Amino acid sequence: MHIHNYEKIWLVLAMIMIVGFLTTVTYGATAVGIEMISDEEDTIDPGALDEDPRFAEPRVEQVGENEYEAYVVAQQYIFSPDPIEVPANSTVTFYVTSPDVIHGFQVAGTNANTMVIPGEVAKLTVETEEPGEHGIVCNEYCGSGHHVMEGKLIIHPEDEFEMEDDE
Amino acid sequence: MSSAIESGEPTFLDRFPQEAKVVRSALWSSFIALTLGALFGIIQTLHRTDVLRVFSSGNYYTILTAHGVLMVVSFTIFFLVGIYTWAVVRSLDRPVEDIRYTWTWYGLMVLGTLMALVAILGGFIDSIDISADVLFTFYAPLQAHPLFYGGLAIFLIGTWLAGADWFRSWYAWKQENPGERIPLQTFMVLITMLMWYIASIGITIAVVIFLLPWSLGIIDQVNPLLTRTLFWFWGHPVVYFWLMPAYLLWYTVLPKVSGGRLFSDPLARVVFVLFLLLSTPVGIHHQYLDPGIADGFKFIALTNTMFLLLPSLLTAFTVVASMEHGARQRGGTGLLGWLRALPWANPAFTGMALAGLMFAAGGFSGMINAGLNINYLVHNTLWVPGHFHLTVGTAVALTFMAATYWLWPQLTNKPIFSRPIALAQVILWFVGMALMSNAMHVAGLIGIPRRTAEPQYDGFDFIPTFGSIAELDLQLVVGGTLLTLSAILFVSNLVLSISLPKVSGLGQPLPPALSGPDDAPKVLDNLKLWTAIALVLVILAYTLPLASIVDRGGLFGPGGTPYPTMIEFGSTLLEIYTPLTTDWISGWLQ
Repeated sequence: MHIHNYEKIWLVLAMIMIVGFLTTVTYGATAVGIEMISDEEDTIDPGALDEDPRFAEPRVEQVGENEYEAYVVAQQYIFSPDPIEVPANSTVTFYVTSPDVIHGFQVAGTNANTMVIPGEVAKLTVETEEPGEHGIVCNEYCGSGHHVMEGKLIIHPEDEFEMEDDE
Repeated sequence: MSSAIESGEPTFLDRFPQEAKVVRSALWSSFIALTLGALFGIIQTLHRTDVLRVFSSGNYYTILTAHGVLMVVSFTIFFLVGIYTWAVVRSLDRPVEDIRYTWTWYGLMVLGTLMALVAILGGFIDSIDISADVLFTFYAPLQAHPLFYGGLAIFLIGTWLAGADWFRSWYAWKQENPGERIPLQTFMVLITMLMWYIASIGITIAVVIFLLPWSLGIIDQVNPLLTRTLFWFWGHPVVYFWLMPAYLLWYTVLPKVSGGRLFSDPLARVVFVLFLLLSTPVGIHHQYLDPGIADGFKFIALTNTMFLLLPSLLTAFTVVASMEHGARQRGGTGLLGWLRALPWANPAFTGMALAGLMFAAGGFSGMINAGLNINYLVHNTLWVPGHFHLTVGTAVALTFMAATYWLWPQLTNKPIFSRPIALAQVILWFVGMALMSNAMHVAGLIGIPRRTAEPQYDGFDFIPTFGSIAELDLQLVVGGTLLTLSAILFVSNLVLSISLPKVSGLGQPLPPALSGPDDAPKVLDNLKLWTAIALVLVILAYTLPLASIVDRGGLFGPGGTPYPTMIEFGSTLLEIYTPLTTDWISGWLQ
């Protein structure tokens, strides 16, 4: 088969670019430690979330010195708890599930983003930085009231943050 | 340019009048879908930007479903079956084996479309229990009326029978031409259809085994992650089902309208074989953010996706090289000076060239989507529709419209009503999409979600990194309006052409490639081999993820809640239906 020289060069450059993309993604996943949504959480009965120790009462819990876990239920058309309140400069792991249809959970404008699928628990860990307020949006169509489904993530200054349980 | 239009050659209509009628019918179906799709498109644009709200925000999703289904299923696939029938008949130079069979698959596709459309448009009427507000992806537990799933199944059967029609023509041709290379256009058609048959496995299982019985109330629940994964098994290759007819036109028609010849026939074959191999085992890249799928499987999808860039990058080379060859044949010189020698006044050329340019931009935003970890920033934001309005919405749609200006006279023996309007039309589409898609990409980066009626929330505001939300909305509205105007100009230009008198000699024969099929290794035409490898790749990419999903959640679990609740309809139907059948059977037995 005759391949023109220019076309050979193009082919080689294209392959280099493809391998380059794969390398950067792998680097991000391993060296930088961008964690993927995966399958490490067990499935859950979406019809019995009210009996589940984590989701019966959606809440934020402190699990380590600077570590928090947020158990979040996304359902037509609210997020609970709302707002989600955590301190700055901490590690927060979100566990998100749905009792009804598929939803999205994205801290608007950030890469804290996951699908929420009934029967599955999405786990994602973020590092909070500066204090502030962020919107949370459902970014998957979930029914006729989808556009009103929003929540709020409030990141408090560390010295002003207190868990309600401790009060 | 008029000398180029009247070549004195017989047209496709002169040579194959019956087939030309089928092709025209398929293209009209496609353009009717385009018109309706454009109408729903502009309603959405004005609603989202809060310029004009004709419907309630609840009905927005009915409109969005109709826009999506009409554009990416009806418009694209009716065009595909039209252009592929033309390509097979033309390149094998023989009529279809049985024109009644050809009309049968066309009829099934129309029937399926109408069924699905009734189900979707039922969403506007609250008093009846029919709706399909499930968007193009119909993710369970969102539930549509059984007419929607049934219509989709019948439409798909129509496309499978169409493929069988083309295989039948090729088989008959092969008996009469033993040992000859498959003509390039027929080769492209057959490879596309092999990919389509493999891809269809996913959606067939999803619809026939799970969603249709579920919508009828025969089964109580489905596994939402499983049906979603089966959807994307089909949902990514369908992207190539839109693109491959555009590629066929870029490889075989664009060199002709540029005034030259295709650069390389063998590489065109390689590109199509790569699509067959790599289009399907990548669907999980739409599910990077799905819980319940291991990150290892996502990594496999990522790797396959990145290699799937290769055939598109090769196409970019060949298309530009063929255009340059055409320009130099027309007297163009210089490193870039040849660009001026291209036939920019010809809407067929300009449309396809602009479509190719937009495809390059769409390709780059696609590479970002494909990047496993960058994807987290843009997943389900407005960035994503920004991306696919460049690919399917421009690379494909604009190529189809431009190619129509070239092909339509050969199907009707009438020139296009107005070439200046046609030229303005393709440029309007390009400008409109540049504005709209740019705004969508920028909005996506600040987190504005896709698929929502009102991206204005009570508790917070989106903060653009530059410019303002008002500017982005303005771009969306102006872009959307130009696109609607462009669609209207396109369809009216064709409708007005009907009244023109017939002329003869509008045929446009296609020249052979510079490097012809004899330079291509014979193995490229071994369809069985490529199909077998494609199947192995699909099995490798999908067996473990699917097994794991079923193992975790069960075939029919873990449920969720169907929305909207239509189980009652299904069980009522069954209650009526079951005694009737039993009565009928017992009556018949007596």
